[in-house]
Amino acid sequence: MSANYVALAYLVAAILFILALKGLSSPVTARRGNMFGMVGMAIAVLTTLTVTHNVAYILLAIAVGGAVGAVVARRIQMTAMPELVAAMHSLVGLAAVLIAISAFNNPVAYGIAQIGEMLNLSNRIELFIGTFVGAITFTGSIIAFGKLSGKLGSKPLRFSGQHWVNLALGVVMIGFGIAFCITPSWTPFLIMTAIALLLGVLLIMPIGGADMPVVVSMLNSYSGWAAAGIGFTLNNNMLIIAGSLVGSSGAILSYIMCKAMNRGFLNVILGGFGGGEGALVEAGDGVQKTYRSGSADDAAFMMGNADSVIIVPGYGLAVARAQHAINEMAELLTEKGIKVRYAIHPVAGRMPGHMNVLLAEAEVPYEQVVEMDEINNEFADTDVVLVIGANDVVNPAAKTDPHSPIFGMPILEAHKARTILVVKRSMAAGYAGLDNDLFYMDKTMMVFGDAKKVVEDVIKALVH
Amino acid sequence: MNVVDPFIINLTVFVLAVVVGYHVVWNVTPALHTPLMAVTNAISGIIIVGAMLAAGPEQLDAGTVLGFVAVTLASVNVFGGFLVTQRMLDMFKKKTKK
Repeated sequence: MSANYVALAYLVAAILFILALKGLSSPVTARRGNMFGMVGMAIAVLTTLTVTHNVAYILLAIAVGGAVGAVVARRIQMTAMPELVAAMHSLVGLAAVLIAISAFNNPVAYGIAQIGEMLNLSNRIELFIGTFVGAITFTGSIIAFGKLSGKLGSKPLRFSGQHWVNLALGVVMIGFGIAFCITPSWTPFLIMTAIALLLGVLLIMPIGGADMPVVVSMLNSYSGWAAAGIGFTLNNNMLIIAGSLVGSSGAILSYIMCKAMNRGFLNVILGGFGGGEGALVEAGDGVQKTYRSGSADDAAFMMGNADSVIIVPGYGLAVARAQHAINEMAELLTEKGIKVRYAIHPVAGRMPGHMNVLLAEAEVPYEQVVEMDEINNEFADTDVVLVIGANDVVNPAAKTDPHSPIFGMPILEAHKARTILVVKRSMAAGYAGLDNDLFYMDKTMMVFGDAKKVVEDVIKALVH
Repeated sequence: MNVVDPFIINLTVFVLAVVVGYHVVWNVTPALHTPLMAVTNAISGIIIVGAMLAAGPEQLDAGTVLGFVAVTLASVNVFGGFLVTQRMLDMFKKKTKK
């Protein structure tokens, strides 16, 4: 196929990718959008096959990788999505590095240099950028995967002078990159790549805990930029367009996550919070505060007599595997004519939109699941709020206490409801290590116990 | 006028794609942000095109071998990403209302 036809086929594929993302504006159109994405990818791959040799080997490689991907996609637990996504980012990063090495090894084969000639300057700069972004994505994602899957401790790992070490390494890396751009040879190229690999590790190690959703989004973005960078190197518009779409998507998600935690992007990247030094706050002023506690039967009675109930789920709900039980409870309440909805904070799960997927898996109708901005005005008119497995995202200190580390973070305004039920194992503090005034309000009732057990007891009481 | 440098053409495409991406992604409903990440994972598997070009030269050498490895890695993303997205979106389809 001539290069012109290839380029036109790539254009079609690029449009289909844009439609795939556009479809996600609503659950109704999302599945068709995903289909567009698959068709676009098929067009891109088949078109490329017409201009390559070794077609049999390439198909074999696709079959092997595709089989692995298909099995993983089928088996993966929805709670493990953040790990899966991180692992996939690392693959893109590694692929980018391998392609860059291959391109430098034989630039003539890519049509980016004439026989007997070296890469020109702009190609060398592009190659340098594509390689180091790919390398950082690769190792950074491996660390993120390790933390998310619990193979590495999720606590941030820090040492003094870390930022200076990173800065120095970054400067040295760029130095070797410039050396490579001036005189293209293997030595500066490989040293530059090695430093980038090391930087990926060092940049992600100090981040952890509650900040992981930002890290995952950020690496999502990097993996896109890595693909785009390789597109620049190979003068391939398909890679540039698709890579940029992914890159901007990840960047927007990072921004949304940072905003949901009221934190600056740089602040997250440079580490801190999430189990770090400053976050350990002792339980207030030493005065023993009193709270009211009740049983699952009491909770069932209160919800059963309400007109409207809002459930505020946190990741603790998924840890206790209580999603199906909560849906069953919600169905029972709905049958009684009670209006039930779920209020979702953007950082309720371990990655953007995670809680929505976990609830959808438990067959909660998505119409009942409402985002923070839409539902916050309605808490004041709500009879009962059930907070389950969540803590910091309903802490009123974020609005009222300027000294609180989470001051300014947007919260679900559960404290405005007429009655608040909080299901919790004990009075222990949440992710940020903070005490929560919501628990000590007069209209709040604590229900202690495992989330799943409590919800099942509520169901029993409701049935009787 | 001289011929436009390919870099400028690449840059034009890049900037336009970022602008399109920005507008399209802000329209994605927050409820589907996890499927968004999964599908962008699949789309970033587009690097398979670069990997195939690396694996493509008739003469097999170290570079083409790296290309085959890259094709394998990218295929995991392409298949895994689209299929897991499909699986998640199917959950959002079920049960409209009773």
